[in-house]
Amino acid sequence: MRDLFTADAGPLLINITLLAILFIVALAIARLRSLFAIVMLSGVYSLVSAAWYISVDAVDVGYTEAAVGAGMSTAVLLGAMLLTARTAKPEKPLSKLGPFLVCGATAAMLIYATVDLPGLGDPNSPANTGPGMTYVHVNWFDTGVPNVVTSVLASYRGFDTMGETVVVFVAGLAVAMLLGFGERSLAETLRNKKRKGKEGDAS
Amino acid sequence: MKSDHHVILRVIGKCFIPLIVIYGFYVQFHGEVGPGGAFQAGVVLAVAIILHSLTFGLATTMRAVPPVFARTLAAVGVLIYVGVGFWSMMQGGLFLEYQALFGEPPGGHDGQHAGIIIVELGVLFAVTGAMITIFYALAGRVAEIRDEDW
Repeated sequence: MRDLFTADAGPLLINITLLAILFIVALAIARLRSLFAIVMLSGVYSLVSAAWYISVDAVDVGYTEAAVGAGMSTAVLLGAMLLTARTAKPEKPLSKLGPFLVCGATAAMLIYATVDLPGLGDPNSPANTGPGMTYVHVNWFDTGVPNVVTSVLASYRGFDTMGETVVVFVAGLAVAMLLGFGERSLAETLRNKKRKGKEGDAS
Repeated sequence: MKSDHHVILRVIGKCFIPLIVIYGFYVQFHGEVGPGGAFQAGVVLAVAIILHSLTFGLATTMRAVPPVFARTLAAVGVLIYVGVGFWSMMQGGLFLEYQALFGEPPGGHDGQHAGIIIVELGVLFAVTGAMITIFYALAGRVAEIRDEDW
């Protein structure tokens, strides 16, 4: 009990609070039937997990989660939601028993696997002893860029990042080719507006 | 006017959009020293435009940022990135070897800085364009968000 009042208790409490919020939000998403609320709650989920990433010192990951997960995905899901019904069908009790068992077994295995994980910030963990440390040492002489993440991403692994950029481009292209570029609806809206304007003039 | 009941949303949106755009550019050009980079900055810029379309309607946004512009931007971004690779090849280096851009010896950093900045600009264009294109494709199927959906 005394451990609660030491200096380490602060980060621990923050972690517990954030993860508890994540758990509650996930439960709410699973139980809700209104798609609008689910989309908004998934944005909340991303935002809280971004805060949690920052509390475990993964600032870049947290930043991406906040920008892509909470900002972009929510907007895109909102757009997708408008194309379907607004509420999911209620389902019979016990109809999801099989998936529930599979999820439970996977969760148990994952929790069992976390026992072997190295501690947070452990200097002897594989991530801190392998090539990651080499980049930190040679980066300043090689590139002169203070942020190692940027120099690894854009310089050491520039080819990899080029692939990612092309993936993003191809994703946009594929969605646009499947769904159209959205211009037709613009023309339709303008036509409707014009028609409405004419009706307004007539009446 | 019919659309007056969204007036608070529109006024606040108007205030926020320039801030979001400035923040996006800050993340873009600060990526070398701080967290973040072109991927995040591109998404932030796209979100500013999406916020505009959510508050003012898709037709208004499509007049400000035409879909042709969005998809051209995405293609130009990829072209800029690949172009840096070919530029370094023409200078006698390997593909995307920034050190060769200005023919510096190891330890010179001008080529690295220039290469990273240009490449990140390409990523910014590609991500912004692709995200806006995706949003237009999805949102363009429904003309406007109806009032009962809010």
